[in-house]
Amino acid sequence: MGNSLNAWSEALVGFHLLGLPLGLIILAAIPLVFIALYSLTYGVYGERKISAFMQDRLGPMEVGKWGILQTIADILKLIQKEDILPTSADRFLFVIGPGILFVGSFMAYAVLPFSPAFIGASLNVGLYYAIGIVAIEVVGILAAGWGSNNKWSLYGAVRSVAQIVSYEIPAALALLCGAMMAGTLDMQQINVLQSGSYGFAHFYLFHSPIAWLPFLIYFIASLAEVNRAPFDIPEAESELVAGYFTEYSGMKFAVIFLAEYGSMFMVSAIISVVFLGGWNSPLPNLGSLALNTWTNGPVWGAFWMIMKGFFFIFVQMWLRWTLPRLRVDQLMYLCWKVLTPFAFVSFVLTAIWEIYLP
Amino acid sequence: MQELDTVGQGSVRVTRKSDKLVILEKDLATEQMVLAMGPQHPSTHGVLKLECLTDGEVITEAIPCLGYLHRCFEKCCENVDYPAIVPYTDRLDYLSGMNSEFAYAMAVEKLLDLEIPRRVEFIRVLVAELNRIASHLVAIGTYGIDLGAFTPFLFCFRDREIILGLLEWASGARMLYNYIWIGGLANDVPTDFSKRVREFVNYFRPKTVELQNLLTGNEIFLKRTYGIGIMPAEVAINYGWSGPMRRGSGVKWDLRRNDPYSIYPELDFNVAVPDGKNSVIGDCLSRHLVRALEMEESLKIIEQCLDKMPSSEGFNSRSAIPKRIRPKAGEVYSRAENPRGELGFYIESDGKSTKPVRCKARSSCFVNLSAMKDLSKGQLIPDLVAIIGSIDIVLGEVDR
Amino acid sequence: MEEGKAVSQSVQESAAAYRVIQEQFGAAVSAFDANETMPFFEVVATGRWVEIALFMRDHAKLKFNSMACLTGADYPAENKVGIICNFESLALLGHKVAVKLKCDRTGGSLPSLSCLWHTANWHEREVFDLFGITFTGHPDLRRILCPDDWEGHPLLKDYKVQQSYHGIKVPY
Repeated sequence: MGNSLNAWSEALVGFHLLGLPLGLIILAAIPLVFIALYSLTYGVYGERKISAFMQDRLGPMEVGKWGILQTIADILKLIQKEDILPTSADRFLFVIGPGILFVGSFMAYAVLPFSPAFIGASLNVGLYYAIGIVAIEVVGILAAGWGSNNKWSLYGAVRSVAQIVSYEIPAALALLCGAMMAGTLDMQQINVLQSGSYGFAHFYLFHSPIAWLPFLIYFIASLAEVNRAPFDIPEAESELVAGYFTEYSGMKFAVIFLAEYGSMFMVSAIISVVFLGGWNSPLPNLGSLALNTWTNGPVWGAFWMIMKGFFFIFVQMWLRWTLPRLRVDQLMYLCWKVLTPFAFVSFVLTAIWEIYLP
Repeated sequence: MQELDTVGQGSVRVTRKSDKLVILEKDLATEQMVLAMGPQHPSTHGVLKLECLTDGEVITEAIPCLGYLHRCFEKCCENVDYPAIVPYTDRLDYLSGMNSEFAYAMAVEKLLDLEIPRRVEFIRVLVAELNRIASHLVAIGTYGIDLGAFTPFLFCFRDREIILGLLEWASGARMLYNYIWIGGLANDVPTDFSKRVREFVNYFRPKTVELQNLLTGNEIFLKRTYGIGIMPAEVAINYGWSGPMRRGSGVKWDLRRNDPYSIYPELDFNVAVPDGKNSVIGDCLSRHLVRALEMEESLKIIEQCLDKMPSSEGFNSRSAIPKRIRPKAGEVYSRAENPRGELGFYIESDGKSTKPVRCKARSSCFVNLSAMKDLSKGQLIPDLVAIIGSIDIVLGEVDR
Repeated sequence: MEEGKAVSQSVQESAAAYRVIQEQFGAAVSAFDANETMPFFEVVATGRWVEIALFMRDHAKLKFNSMACLTGADYPAENKVGIICNFESLALLGHKVAVKLKCDRTGGSLPSLSCLWHTANWHEREVFDLFGITFTGHPDLRRILCPDDWEGHPLLKDYKVQQSYHGIKVPY
């Protein structure tokens, strides 16, 4: 099966139609189609279904079999909705806010290596770019919150900016540990360095005895960066109504919503790339049972990458539907007094490990 | 260079450069902001409005504004006969209709000096305690939502649904029962009701543990509630707090035990008070723990009711209901321990009419909420939400 | 009957409490109405109400630390309005008593107790809202249930609802 899939993908790469490398385009389109499908529809659907099963419910069941078309129906509804612009809102900021948010969240997809054959832009500073571009979201959130001219939105925006800016520090430090282990900032290169016939044993999570620390720090910080529970205080629906997007409706609301799901996959993909081998198969070669070799390749790569991303998204959802929300000051406490010092510690320890040990 | 004062509180240093004012230095002027929380807000539990004066995230003052759900309950009562008030009482605290009916029926029965059949008393206590569990489930579930935990809410509602089903089976309605009438009940409970209630008790016991593990065992939940909104016992009494609120402040006083009514003296149950080991006495967590403990006590009471209940042979639930309810002239102030505190009824009769001259409901939520101004001072907005949630108001009863 | 005996026990306790108050204040309070359902006495000298209430709260034999309820009432036959306060010595002595006060129907006022019991604050606002009794010394006497610009006091027996409120037809 694995071999045939590889053969199939290789055949696809070699497929030319009228001199055009059509097969390569199809291969490259797989992740793109996935992004569109996932973040536009099935992220939301998955969240609703997963939360439903955690809460002894069924979730959406009416539209299509098992409610599978629910999100499409929702999107159709949102598109039809009147686009309301509050009279006292700052028109420019109000309109541009969701746009910046959306762009910021999807720009990082450019450097995500979906498979050995596909990466949007193989930057040699890919990781740096990914950390940096996320910060653009802050501008969008602030624009949306300020432009709404609503006190709840303002609270949400201020909280969000404080939170994202703070949590970027431990997040970046944790990723830096990964970059140190790899010795490169190129996302594709980081993946290549983690391949090997022993599968998961080559992943950076198992590279050194302290690698789990930056992994954990980045995971926690990434929850805060994408405003997911228990760090969803910028939108804290029981406190701030809906935070910075209180005044949004219709498609603008949908754009903010989709940007959130886009960011969720983005941080999940980054953590998979840096610590869990990205598109590498976690299965090891066991003697003649060459599981690793069989399950690697361009299509398999996309499969593993997406599966790892899904796994982290699932954990994010699981946490969201289990934990209550932290308070603002507790959130800041966690960032500055717990995560940041530990991030420094893991940074130093990783450096020592890299220099003095194998 | 000259110093100018701005309109705000800060000051600005400016200089004149060719007819233009150039700002050199500017103090950061902070001003307080009025934040209208409600009447449409997710965590004010209905249509409460809090006018908050905020300094950043800190509440300087929060003034509750009520009356958005005022339906002139007391004026309505003056215009209808005594039995016709029973459905109105359901609509006071709509989450615990049985308890409200019970309180009202007791008040009028005191005025009439009626003797109630024993089975009626048992059924009343049974349904009232069932309703207490249902009401506390809503309180605990919505408290979870206030703090951002959504799942406990749905767990609570799943279990509450069973109670509502049982009460619907007995009375025909899910929330507004009109079941406990003056002097009796609308109907006897259905056959096999006891069996089904027992099934529910056996089902629910493990679920309380599950709920505790999910919510009270959660570190973040504890952090959000521990030591927040502390109300000392003295002040709580002075504020007229009652029910789980007062017990949360460490006053071991339960109307069912200390000034018992109906068949409560015959029943064995504990008055739930926080032990102060896990929580600061009087904080939000204490009040939450009291509610959680009370559910278990209610289960005990329900089991005892089922054990001791006289048989339904030859029983007519309406046998003691007077043909015409016209109490002798006089007044009564009677109260009952509702899930949210004491619900008192002051009823005045002139001895001639079949309508009360004055019927006042002393609502526990109204009184509990009056401490909001003191409790909220200097708290953060998220803590304010935690405090409102722990007070567990039902606006139907606050505004009447 | 067990219950009947228990009630008369509580009436005796209330009567004992009343005697302590009566010894102190004499003619300021009326005779004790020892009925079974709600034993009460009336404060005739309403001007001394705060003084009496403070005595009731702090005297060692009384200790009425809890004001359970404060009800407004209309007595059109006497052309008076009044309040009924239910006191209880909660978790201390356990006795209860009700106190009645009356004042003129138009422009009547009573002393406020919000300085002694916090709970009186909102109860008095409610009575002011629904009966129009002014409470002197109340820190924040505003309407509480009705809108601020509502006309009349709804629980008075001769209350006529206003025809329109901000252009909305009121009676139905």
